[in-house]
Amino acid sequence: LQESESENRLDGETASDSESKSEFGGSSPVPTSDDTPEVLNRALSNLSSRWKNWWVRGILTLAMITFFFIIIYLGPMVLMTIVMCVQIKCFHEIITIGYNVYHSYDLPWFRTLSWYFLLCVNYFFYGETVTDYFFTLVQREEPLRILSRYHRFISFALYLTGFCMFVLSLVKKHYRLQFYMFGWTHVTLLIVVTQSHLIIHNLFEGMIWFIVPISCVICNDIMAYMFGFFFGRTPLIKLSPKKTWEGFIGGFFSTVLFGLLLSYVMSGYRCFTCPVEFNNDTNSFTVDCEPSELFQLQEYNIPVGLHSVLGWKTVRMYPFQIHSIALSTFASLIGPFGGFFASGFKRAFKIKDFANTIPGHGGIMDRFDCQYLMATFVNVYIASFIRGPNPSKLIQQFLTLRPEQQLHIFNTLKAHLVDRGVLGSPEEA
Amino acid sequence: EVDLEERLHEVDLRSDLDIPDVPPPTDSTPEILKRALSGLSARWKNWWIRGILSLAMIFGFFLIIYLGSFMLMLLVLSIQVKCYHEIITIGYRVYHSYDLPWFRSLSWYFLLCVNYFFYGETVADYFATFVQRREQLQFLIRYHRFISFALYLTGFCMFVLSLVKKHYRLQFYMFAWTHVTLLITVTQSHLVIQNLFEGMIWFLVPISSVICNDITAYIFGFFFGRTPLIKLSPKKTWEGFIGGFFSTVVFGFIFSYFLAQHQYFVCPVEYNSETNRFVTECEPSELFQMKKYSVPPLLQAVLGWETVNMYPFQMHSFALSTFASLIGPFGGFFASGFKRAFKIKDFADTIPGHGGIMDRFDCQYLMATFVHVYITSFIRGPNPSKLLKQLLILQPEQQLSVYKTLKSHLVEKGILQPSLRG
Repeated sequence: LQESESENRLDGETASDSESKSEFGGSSPVPTSDDTPEVLNRALSNLSSRWKNWWVRGILTLAMITFFFIIIYLGPMVLMTIVMCVQIKCFHEIITIGYNVYHSYDLPWFRTLSWYFLLCVNYFFYGETVTDYFFTLVQREEPLRILSRYHRFISFALYLTGFCMFVLSLVKKHYRLQFYMFGWTHVTLLIVVTQSHLIIHNLFEGMIWFIVPISCVICNDIMAYMFGFFFGRTPLIKLSPKKTWEGFIGGFFSTVLFGLLLSYVMSGYRCFTCPVEFNNDTNSFTVDCEPSELFQLQEYNIPVGLHSVLGWKTVRMYPFQIHSIALSTFASLIGPFGGFFASGFKRAFKIKDFANTIPGHGGIMDRFDCQYLMATFVNVYIASFIRGPNPSKLIQQFLTLRPEQQLHIFNTLKAHLVDRGVLGSPEEA
Repeated sequence: EVDLEERLHEVDLRSDLDIPDVPPPTDSTPEILKRALSGLSARWKNWWIRGILSLAMIFGFFLIIYLGSFMLMLLVLSIQVKCYHEIITIGYRVYHSYDLPWFRSLSWYFLLCVNYFFYGETVADYFATFVQRREQLQFLIRYHRFISFALYLTGFCMFVLSLVKKHYRLQFYMFAWTHVTLLITVTQSHLVIQNLFEGMIWFLVPISSVICNDITAYIFGFFFGRTPLIKLSPKKTWEGFIGGFFSTVVFGFIFSYFLAQHQYFVCPVEYNSETNRFVTECEPSELFQMKKYSVPPLLQAVLGWETVNMYPFQMHSFALSTFASLIGPFGGFFASGFKRAFKIKDFADTIPGHGGIMDRFDCQYLMATFVHVYITSFIRGPNPSKLLKQLLILQPEQQLSVYKTLKSHLVEKGILQPSLRG
């Protein structure tokens, strides 16, 4: 009996856990301290607490949007760094929740292992992207070349080391906790790290592919809230009682409109529409190119139904704006499911917010929960409908083949080009 | 009325003692075996059952190899589905979530989605000529990622809509359990199939090395075992571990020698569109041609030879066997820890005397990934047919510029003659 009691204490169960039935009671691990900066506190001290909360949220929202614009101005390198930091903070928030749920602070090995796995997976993904985009830089430096040639093997070896450390760290009577944390870590990595790398891929495609989706999600959040605030009547889903159908539909239409306008403004600027490239001579990122067809104005015929409404027969639009309709639609219709997922998660583990990093808003994850599905969608969309394979990457792969294989491919390509009439007769080639 | 979730949360935190034990697996030994062994004591009976089933499995393995690549792929797929089923069933039992019928459908749906995604990626590469002829398949291939993602999203949205008050945590646990299981079983089985396409030898040698290590470590442990290896698995010993290592390396060496001589094992598996079958016919690559190696002076005295004729592949088999013996067992320890954590004796009772399919395959998982990474890093370059396929999708201007670059490269290397006829 004594042994089982000491085990109970070791696992951190407290008497309050079994007795408490309130919603945010005993099982709630993180008391949300008031994180609002002093200066705001003083400025708003004479308002009622409801309006004060509204003001705090509003001010922080504007602050975040301003911050967003500043880092866009600062360029791709800063953006990548910010994405990286957001990823690490999100990972940290979710892992901390796991620790709190399972009271596993007593297993210090585990914190080290979680961060180690984060490092491994990031190393793997950054290695894959760096090799593609910084190809010439990598080829010049000998150590980088070896690292990139055996990249997968090295990443796998690093991961295996972590795996073996996990197995060796299994402690009797704590097996289940440890397996739970292992599973928790891996699912978190799957969600957080893969998405952040997809965002960076989108960024390299052109900053517009990064800015428009993120802005659409933010716009949908804000618009749905506003429409819900003024017109909200019919609840949308039991999971999030504050969401309403009016907010949902109003948010949808406003986001599509916003997406069209934002794309129109951005398509005019090369710094947004050109793929980000690394210039070896200046050792910096450049966005300079001939804008592709997507970003050249074209005449579109308006469907007969809308003639009377709009009064125009044709309209000049960028083809990208058509794509923006797809992006905004996804952001408004499917994006919220990411939010519902996060709400369900918070209710399941009885937490009010992921963390209390941002006053009035909660943690970074609270702001980014809708973004995750969006990032994957944009990446899949680009790969399926916009961009074909990258020619320079194909040339690199070609150069590593054996001579017979190279000759075979060359001849097939030549026959194909002659077939299509792109190449003249075989003798002229 | 105590919330089911609260109760489970406490169960999670308290020591492992309190989780309800899974009922002991039913004895699924066939009647015929039972009658044949009825005269022996229980210990020997168990040993005989294990032995007979081991031989039966090995025999079944050889039979399938004889039947060819297609049967092997089917076998891998069936094993994957069975392993997935076993692990998911354990999750249901642990979380008492049989009352959430939606969840079984969703788990199988996700399995289907992920398999669709992976098979689409491989099918597109290997069956390129087959696919080119059919319009509908072309469409499916071109938008493959988008379709897979849409299918997955549907499942995700169904999950969100199926969240029921008071069962949130159970549902999230099962969601995570499903995804981790998919990550382990489905990705590995597809890596196994990709290794298979590289050449059956890349499939046979690793799997045989793991099996050999299992058996020889057991035998060495049985006869010489004294020092325990790891607390997780008290039956494993250092003597078994080291003995198993050396035997597996020797076995891998000898086995590769025999397999490397036959085209059937050595050639990449290709799909022949005319005969609509898989063929393994080719000019054996350098790896599978005998070479003379000088024996290091140290071993010359021991072996009495100055040079030896070996296949280069046998050197690679060293690496494969070493991994199978040294790191492969960690997969086994992981599975042991998992079974202890969730208080189960075996994953299931599919195979009499051995437990479930997962019990036999737990060491194979790391091996499959290792072989795949090994092949892509050290053996094979990029896949030429995949490269060609991507080249053909490019825009004509891009194709032209690529063509010119390739031509100048080939001329430079002297592979192409710079004549007017190109």
